[in-house]
Amino acid sequence: MPTELLMPALSPTMIEGTLARWLVKEGDSVTSGDVLAEIETDKATMELEAVDDGEIGELLIPEGTDGVRVNQPIAILLAEGESAAALTPVPASAPTVARAGEGSAPAGKPGTARPARPEAARPPDAGVPVGTETVSLTVREALRDAMAEEMRRDPKVFLMGEEVAEYEGAYKVSQGLLDEFGPRRVIDTPITEQGFAGVGVGAAFNGLRPIVEFMTFNFSMQAIDQIVNSAAKTLYMSGGQMTCAIVFRGPNGPASRVAAQHSQDYAAWYAHVPGLKVVAPCFAADAKGLLKAAIRDPNPVVFLENELLYGRSGEVPILDDFVVPIGRSSVVREGADVTIVSYSMGVEKSLRAAAALEAEGIDAEVVDLRTLRPMDTGTIVDSVKKTNRLVTVEEAWGTCGIGAEISARLMEQAFDWLDAPVARVSGEDVPMPYAANLERLALPQAEGIAEAARSVFRGS
Amino acid sequence: MSLDAELARRMYLDMWRIRMFEEEANRQTGLGNVAGALHLYCGEEAVGVGVCAHLRDDDYVLGTHRSHGHCLAKGAPMNDMMAELFGKETGSCAGKGGSMHVADLSKNILGANGIVAGGIGPATGTGMATKIRGTDQVSVCFFGDGAAARGPFHEGILMGSLWKLPVVYVCENNGYQQWVRRENVAVVDSVATMAASYDIPGVSVDGQDVVEVHEAAGEAIDRARRGEGPTLLEARTYRYFGHSMGDREEYRTREEVEDWRDNRDPIALFRAYMAERQWLTGREDEEIRTAAKEAVTAAVEFADASAYPPLAAAHADVLDTEWRADA
Repeated sequence: MPTELLMPALSPTMIEGTLARWLVKEGDSVTSGDVLAEIETDKATMELEAVDDGEIGELLIPEGTDGVRVNQPIAILLAEGESAAALTPVPASAPTVARAGEGSAPAGKPGTARPARPEAARPPDAGVPVGTETVSLTVREALRDAMAEEMRRDPKVFLMGEEVAEYEGAYKVSQGLLDEFGPRRVIDTPITEQGFAGVGVGAAFNGLRPIVEFMTFNFSMQAIDQIVNSAAKTLYMSGGQMTCAIVFRGPNGPASRVAAQHSQDYAAWYAHVPGLKVVAPCFAADAKGLLKAAIRDPNPVVFLENELLYGRSGEVPILDDFVVPIGRSSVVREGADVTIVSYSMGVEKSLRAAAALEAEGIDAEVVDLRTLRPMDTGTIVDSVKKTNRLVTVEEAWGTCGIGAEISARLMEQAFDWLDAPVARVSGEDVPMPYAANLERLALPQAEGIAEAARSVFRGS
Repeated sequence: MSLDAELARRMYLDMWRIRMFEEEANRQTGLGNVAGALHLYCGEEAVGVGVCAHLRDDDYVLGTHRSHGHCLAKGAPMNDMMAELFGKETGSCAGKGGSMHVADLSKNILGANGIVAGGIGPATGTGMATKIRGTDQVSVCFFGDGAAARGPFHEGILMGSLWKLPVVYVCENNGYQQWVRRENVAVVDSVATMAASYDIPGVSVDGQDVVEVHEAAGEAIDRARRGEGPTLLEARTYRYFGHSMGDREEYRTREEVEDWRDNRDPIALFRAYMAERQWLTGREDEEIRTAAKEAVTAAVEFADASAYPPLAAAHADVLDTEWRADA
């Protein structure tokens, strides 16, 4: 499958940069480690290296282009024997309107290809009238807007964490909040995860509604005692007397080239804990609507974002109060042959896999869990009743993971509907390696998801 | 709040109520009515009583694994607490928390806490919320000397000082961290000296002397209420029982315990102080002890007569399903 080369980030806060120079041209063969391009910002320059061996299929952005957004595709790398036409367009976000007639003719094997099918519209969430206008926002902007709207709506809501105020967030999610709400409600903390997580819990005990940002969820391991022992269990331990309405949010999951301690998915860790709700959206609209729901929820909510998705744009409904309910998953692509279920970045990869499978005549349905706890098992079961096959996808380690949980639930609730064993696609069972080729190998990729779907499809 | 005869008699009653509650809880463990890790407060009564005497109902208290005394001193109903220890549905926490998680929101007792230093962050957070809201409650956080080694102690006090929060950090230094002498695992003798690192007052008092505790706590609480920030108050004290149930106490001698009981007992010291000032007659002393005894007897009867939680309670209150109007 062709690989999109994305605009790299020189720093966690970089949003866009200049593609200064291409050092390769279309048709060149490259090997892993070859320098492909020079990238510049006003602060630094860097060389973009090839992660894989292959052939440059297409240069999407001409050299000298300013304002290239981080994670925007800039070139296509073809594996041996592939042609540039094999790349099926990947939606930058879940489509919110049916795009009839836009489906490009698949260039897969002629005998197996099905007619192009319009991409399925996402079923509207409750409360979004059909025909609602939308605006294109990045996930980063959507999260910021969610916090700002809730802080305007409820004076009890405040934000605290490392670098959230003056610096506007290590990943620039809290842009403009200090200016609008002032230092009493947008609070920089010392580097004290267990401390400030506990402070947030205490503020919630006292009736406020804190949003606690972890610079990344990797550092939440310092604070997990407060999240589990103080936030999640208190309502139960106190016999229902004390609530803890708090949101713990921040980027989670594998980032890019930051190695084992900074690249890990905590979804299963927190989804294990009764007393927590756990949310992990992929798209901008869900990021906004679910964060608003999380802030209003009377329970502690762990809200898992993804660094690599912050810069992705998506259509967000223009409504006075757009709230996506926690606990409801979403069918982001309808299909009849196999169900692929995932969350966060895994959904994006699953959609790419589904696009590739379509070219082969396999019609995959993609379910975005959105909430991991409480899990919307019903939507998965309904989908499997239609497709009779299931692939789970997570960037986390597979052992005792979300896929394992879904697999067990299907054994209990949909065993007779399965025509093949559930297949799990997950991160490799190793700490995240640094080297680019090893990192790629350690993570689920669209090719691997597609292969898993083929195996359950043909295995029946 | 200066000490007078009336207040002293109330505090003296509170100390006896705690002493007798704990001795009865110990007895009920032997009878099989109370289970689990019971950490008794006997010997440390002057600390909880001396501090809580200054607190209003809307002030916050967060505790430790050894918090029966804090809860009683803050005004938690004894019947509910005993029922909680019995695991009955009438307990403070409906029988679901037990000894280490007693909480009573009606008195802003935000819970004992079974994690060493676990309450320090949340106590700081209640103080932060008080400051954001602009009200004048004070948060008191009790913890042991073992907690002073832990990260949340340093992180919590750092933020308490940084933001000048209305919190009083009360360290009950009883000389032992579970089964090890403090001097074997600590490098400074007095926890109060650690306040210097966070630029707040550090005060060390004799935790067996309720008058001294009361006076120092008053200053710390007044300072917090005036918005001048936190104080680290260390009370040097001693626990008569082992760390928890089943402690064979091989780390200390019987003579050491006897010496504290005979010569440093906080109730006996306070009785002598009051007698000297003619604040307590022999008859009043007798009446107070009888009142404490009757309260404990009634609490056991209440707990004994109460029902165990219905099995449906096992799945209740995991999540708050109520969507509050003000949410």
